Amino acid sequence: MDRRSSLKYIALSAFSGVLLDACKPADKKATLVAGANGDGNLTIDRTPEEAAHEKKLASEQFFTEHEMATIAVLSDIIIPADDVSGSATDAKVPEFIEFIVKDMPDHQVPMRGGLRWLDLQMANRHGKAFKDCTKAEQIAMVDAIAYPGKAAPEMKQGVAFFNRMRGLTATGFFTSEMGIKDLGYMGNRPNQWNGIPADVLKQYNLAYSEKEIKECVQYT
Amino acid sequence: MGDFQIKEQPKEYDAIIVGSGAGGGMAAYVLANAGLKVALLEAGPMYDPAKNVMQLKWPWESPRRGANTKFRHFGDFDAAYGGWELDGEPYTRAQGTEWDWFRSRMLGGRTNHWGRISLRFGPKDFKRKSIDGLGENWPIGYEDVKPFYDRIDQMLGIFGTNEGLENDPDGYFLPPPRPRLHELMIKKGAVAAGVPVIPNRLSILTKPINKERGACFYCHQCGRGCTAYADFSSSSVLVNPALKTGNVDLFTNAMAREVLTDKEGKATGISYVSKDDLQEYRVKGRTVVLAASTCETARLLLNSKSARHPNGLANSSGVVGKYLHDSTGAGMSGVIPELFGRQRYNEDGVGGAHIYSPWWLDNKKLDFPRGYHIEYSGGQVMPSYGFGFGMETRNGKFQVNGKTKEAGGYGASLKEDFRFFYGASIGLAGRGEAIPLESNYCEIDPNAVDKFGIPVLRFNVKWSEHEIKQARHMKETFREILHQMGAVITSGDDGPENNYGLADPGRIIHEAGTVRMGNDPQRSALNKWNQAHDCKNLFVMDGAAFVSQADKNITWTILALALRSSEYIVGQMKQRVL
Repeated sequence: MDRRSSLKYIALSAFSGVLLDACKPADKKATLVAGANGDGNLTIDRTPEEAAHEKKLASEQFFTEHEMATIAVLSDIIIPADDVSGSATDAKVPEFIEFIVKDMPDHQVPMRGGLRWLDLQMANRHGKAFKDCTKAEQIAMVDAIAYPGKAAPEMKQGVAFFNRMRGLTATGFFTSEMGIKDLGYMGNRPNQWNGIPADVLKQYNLAYSEKEIKECVQYT
Repeated sequence: MGDFQIKEQPKEYDAIIVGSGAGGGMAAYVLANAGLKVALLEAGPMYDPAKNVMQLKWPWESPRRGANTKFRHFGDFDAAYGGWELDGEPYTRAQGTEWDWFRSRMLGGRTNHWGRISLRFGPKDFKRKSIDGLGENWPIGYEDVKPFYDRIDQMLGIFGTNEGLENDPDGYFLPPPRPRLHELMIKKGAVAAGVPVIPNRLSILTKPINKERGACFYCHQCGRGCTAYADFSSSSVLVNPALKTGNVDLFTNAMAREVLTDKEGKATGISYVSKDDLQEYRVKGRTVVLAASTCETARLLLNSKSARHPNGLANSSGVVGKYLHDSTGAGMSGVIPELFGRQRYNEDGVGGAHIYSPWWLDNKKLDFPRGYHIEYSGGQVMPSYGFGFGMETRNGKFQVNGKTKEAGGYGASLKEDFRFFYGASIGLAGRGEAIPLESNYCEIDPNAVDKFGIPVLRFNVKWSEHEIKQARHMKETFREILHQMGAVITSGDDGPENNYGLADPGRIIHEAGTVRMGNDPQRSALNKWNQAHDCKNLFVMDGAAFVSQADKNITWTILALALRSSEYIVGQMKQRVL
């Protein structure tokens, strides 16, 4: 169902005013700024306590410029651009990570300490911070901590840090507009569910029972 | 606060209702439509899902991408205001108690975000003591409640199917939605494991039932509140229409302190503090209906002491606060390898599973009493915070598009993994019946008050062997279902070390039993009309009145009993008994 006809369904089913407002492209544009850049003005329902909390978080900065630059390099190693979608920094993942460590303070020490651990590894090996090393040097380091099953024992702290960094980057990316498009999530839009598409049922050699066909709702 | 005084609301009402959730909303709806003048007190603010919109928002509209906060424990898009802990409103736990208490403070209460699972109790559920000798029978039976279930089915709307099951009675159902792909797979596996699967029974409108409410448009977001009022929440379906009668004065941000009584011990009104101006108020009425939630209602009664009611109001029996019990809960997750690399399409569906498994076994052949039903989840759901964590535990375990990979990784290969595994996870959750015990109770903590000076609750609750054995059986069942369908367990494969993953009491948020009904005033606080034995113009219409809670989520029964009790009030008032 295309967007136009799905909106028609809603208009027909009454009580559409607010819903249609919520779907307006203008709102969507505004939220991209609000959500991603975290100025604290949100388009979702906020109690007064929450609104104050959002403003407070938006006014704070946790990571230093050096740390943010390192996060940018790492996140693009984890999620680079490919032929389907852009990179982590294209989807503003570092900004998300900056926000989320303020919102979830349990991330703060492992992230700050992990970044420092990484810089110290690189300083010992190459005399430079991670972000200032060559791409090949960075990748060699990441290879040492990106595979928990084969990482050397002395790399375990790096593995723990990289697991967290991988998770934060993936979450930030796949909850962005770009990431959701990449993943192919098709929902979050008004529709009328008529069951599993016929070709999918066939692919899995499944079928609805007669009872289900008789009893379940069908929209035309 | 220079000038401290208690203000009397000038109007005298026919009924004062404390709480605007399922019970209070139904009471307000019935009493107001009967022409009675009603004061409805709600401890939280006004709320309308058509104005406080969360529906159809995208993850990036939350800076935390839908993660939970201390303000929203079920995620940043969840409709409920409140949570497990409220600032300035503590509760305490006796040594050894692991009880958690979720409080929603808003018009409509927890019905704004609940799962809409609307299961009638069956004939056996009212008479469990006669079957297994445990707990207590209800003073009423299924035949007493059936007419009210029948009416709320049609009045509030529910989908499901008539299956002719003895203890999961038929009703008036809208057609259910067809199962999703993973649900057909679950069904196949469950049936092979000997577990029946039938269409779910959710109070969601698959077709419109009146002009005030729209039909479901399948966004899977009932928990965010529905802008079309296509699911049941007390705020949009009961309180709003009640307000439109002109017979209800709604007092929001009104935190009830105690039930006021006269020298004869009759209820005369409610004392409350307004959170807006922090002033003290009294509102007077001919009857008082408590529906503040199971534990808050008990707290109110226990805090309403007088010469006539020295143990607290309606508590000459001493049962108020006792027999507190929650549903049992344990879950298991898995992945269906068959679904790796699956085709994309919109399978959001309604805000819950399209199928479920009602309890199917005979306890005579089991080592625990009572049963549980199974709730299922999964599918191509909208990503939110948490998506993508833990890939290092998955991409080394299964081949990705025919390639064996080292666990972990990064780069284009990792991006492929997220796409490959998306939409293949499922969850199974058991929700069962606990035995209400006298030794599980809440009481007033003698040493603590909240920020309004109201004495707070202290909880004394422990699971018994019955519930732990039930959780063990859930896990055995889940393993068998997952095995039969060719799925692989990813979490929740628990054993005796953690009581088989049995959730702490309170966590399932189905608490009930603290002001139970019964025919014997020595052993119960309410009669079979939800009316206090000790105080005839006092009624309790939330889960507190329950004698036991079956393996059914309790909201539909709260609603049916509140309808029944409210009509009893109207009748008694017409006869001038009240």
